Amino acid sequence: MSRRGYEGVAVAVPVTVPYVRYSIRAAHWWLARCLAELLKGCGLRKEDMDGFSVSSFTLAPDTAIGLTQHLGLSPRWLDHVPFGGASGIVQLRRAARAVQSGDADVIACVAGDTNHVDSFRLTLANFSQFARDAVYPYGAGGPNASFAFLTAYYMRTYGVKREDFGKLCVAQRDNALRFAHALFKKPLTLEEYLAARPIAEPLHLYDCVMPCAGADGFIVLSEERAKRLGIGYARLLGTIERHNAFATDPVQMRAGWALDRADLYEQAGTGPQDMDFVQTYDDYPVISVMQLEDLGFCAKGEGPAFIRRQSFTWDGSFPLNTSGGQLSVGQAGAAGGSLGLVEALRQLTREAQGRQVKDAKLGLVSGFGMINFDRGLGSGAAILGC
Amino acid sequence: MLERPKRKNPVLRTRLPTLPPAARSRIALGLTAAAALGRFELQQCRDCGTVQYPPREACQGCLSIRLEWKPQSPEAELLAATVLHHSNDLFFRERLPWRLGLVRLDCGPTVVAHLHERVAPAPSRVIVAAKLDRAGQAVLVALPDKEANMAEDRQLREFTCDPKFRKVLVTDGKTALGQAIVKALAAAGADLIWVGYAEPWKKFAGFDELKPLPQVTLLPLDVTDSKNVREVAAEIGGKVDILVNNAEYHRTYGISNRPGVDTARAEMDVNYFGLLRLAQEFGPAMRSRGADGLASATAWVNLLSIYALANFPPHGTFSASKAAAHSLAQCLRAELRPAGVRVINVFPGPIDDEWNQLLPPPKITPAALANAVVKALQEGVEDGYPGDVAQEWLARWRDNPKALEKELST
Repeated sequence: MSRRGYEGVAVAVPVTVPYVRYSIRAAHWWLARCLAELLKGCGLRKEDMDGFSVSSFTLAPDTAIGLTQHLGLSPRWLDHVPFGGASGIVQLRRAARAVQSGDADVIACVAGDTNHVDSFRLTLANFSQFARDAVYPYGAGGPNASFAFLTAYYMRTYGVKREDFGKLCVAQRDNALRFAHALFKKPLTLEEYLAARPIAEPLHLYDCVMPCAGADGFIVLSEERAKRLGIGYARLLGTIERHNAFATDPVQMRAGWALDRADLYEQAGTGPQDMDFVQTYDDYPVISVMQLEDLGFCAKGEGPAFIRRQSFTWDGSFPLNTSGGQLSVGQAGAAGGSLGLVEALRQLTREAQGRQVKDAKLGLVSGFGMINFDRGLGSGAAILGC
Repeated sequence: MLERPKRKNPVLRTRLPTLPPAARSRIALGLTAAAALGRFELQQCRDCGTVQYPPREACQGCLSIRLEWKPQSPEAELLAATVLHHSNDLFFRERLPWRLGLVRLDCGPTVVAHLHERVAPAPSRVIVAAKLDRAGQAVLVALPDKEANMAEDRQLREFTCDPKFRKVLVTDGKTALGQAIVKALAAAGADLIWVGYAEPWKKFAGFDELKPLPQVTLLPLDVTDSKNVREVAAEIGGKVDILVNNAEYHRTYGISNRPGVDTARAEMDVNYFGLLRLAQEFGPAMRSRGADGLASATAWVNLLSIYALANFPPHGTFSASKAAAHSLAQCLRAELRPAGVRVINVFPGPIDDEWNQLLPPPKITPAALANAVVKALQEGVEDGYPGDVAQEWLARWRDNPKALEKELST
């Protein structure tokens, strides 16, 4: 049976609740604010919203169902997607099918986390059973240590230099300066990038995302409903999702995108060359490069040459992470999986203000999540168009 | 190479003991159980043979739940290395920078391991071992070769209790075993060895041989005398890095061969209450010095007996006193753990001495047992069963404790 397309599905109302480094509020507060902004953005009351999807690390002991009572909601379709950086894409594709099937009409997808002074350490210590048993006791470096291995291996195998990663980080910072909610407000030069203090060699300060509090969200509904509400929207053209791909690779140099990308482009009837911008999951620059390769923008191992050939600012030859990405906006826990998605919506609905990619009609967003042990398990991607 | 630690500046603050993250799932404790004996074992599926790590509740190859911990080849390749300059944990924060490796075992799994400084840059061959960390939990370490000395590596020294540069108290220097332990510790580079001897008015055999060793200080110590133990602890307790309690009272016979309780009480007074007295007087000071630089308080060694596992009726009351001491040692282990001070229990079979005259060989010589004690310190194991008899009893006991009890009663 051939797979059904996403005809008639609209994605709308990009919301970012402004991030802060530390918050004394609970995750519920951030998700509530996000939901309120989403409803305001489409002019609906919460009683009109019949579907709700949540992603958060720090919501515990609650899950999405507890949040319904906490926020006085009565949805007929409810989802909880605790997949970290893969959540945004997964929330989107599940919500799209629910809308297509009529299980729900208007679905609010929210993702966010709080960040108390000590919550990052506690999250790391208990991130997963494998992390607790086989990673955290080894120096307690968190994801920095895990990605240091992948970065070191990638650098050695494919000859990428720190300068190459630096080019991505510097371009993203330029983009972030045009995004009001980015936590990083100062320009970054390549010299500053290279001179930064080491965190987990070969990773240095500006290779690492800064944990913070915040939330992102969007609305999934039918195109018809979106038109009636008079709101701008993007169309969903294709999605993929894969977990624990290439499990026998000794070290992660590729993820599920490499397995599923043909499916993705076929659904959308496009190819990588057609994209006007790309939003990768950029918890570390090496992961952005891995996505560019796995999603077919260049061949495996050609990431370094691709970086040297292209420019990545919003007005460059290859607009990438046009709001600054997590590296320059901050990583608000699970919201990181939706940051690229809401930015893609802004680009496609012409709301990207000072960083609007000219004539943007097609964009690709990808997600990547959950360093359970030695690698990220979940990967996903979506192509959106206007 | 480690340099001799400088004399401590008493004005500076003493580093307080912290532990590396100690939480583990129950299934992961299989790694710890093997590491406590100095073994490297991983989960292997009995149905499909898959070797897996991290530990799981089911086989990732075939979903079988018939998993067992089996010795694996330590041969591996270093895929990538990192040096941490930042840590979210207090223990490591005090010890940065810290080297780690991502290592592919020849038997299949990729693992994260602490990295010895002599390991060549990736890709390179390494030997993986499972060691107990300061929290008493197993961690994997990657070594350049099988002969690599962990105690010479600033980072991996944390996982050993190496006597080199350390100050040691051996509680009984009057026995052949005690004297062998002192000599083995001196040969291993111990800085200072206090040697206790009860009844100081009597000169003991071997006294003249111990006296001239430059590391040795003889001091009267009777573990059955609470006041004496307290006084000795007040004098040297704050300096003892390793305490080896080898004081032992051993008589033959069980219940019916000897009337009264005097002998049994004497055994308990040395073997059980002696340990309790020492633990009460020396434990607190050692607990406070668990992170005191390169020569911190690090280990407490108990000379138990394989008879602590199952009663050997011909030495029945002695067995009972050792079982009591074993139980108390487990309590001591729990109480010293917050300081990262390791309790090492040594369970020898019959020692070749006067109280085992009637037992057939093989019997472990004092020198071999002394070497096993030092090796246990150097390799950082928690339980040692030196000698053929101990190894055989251990295997029988692990296989079926009830069967061993029946075998011993006939």
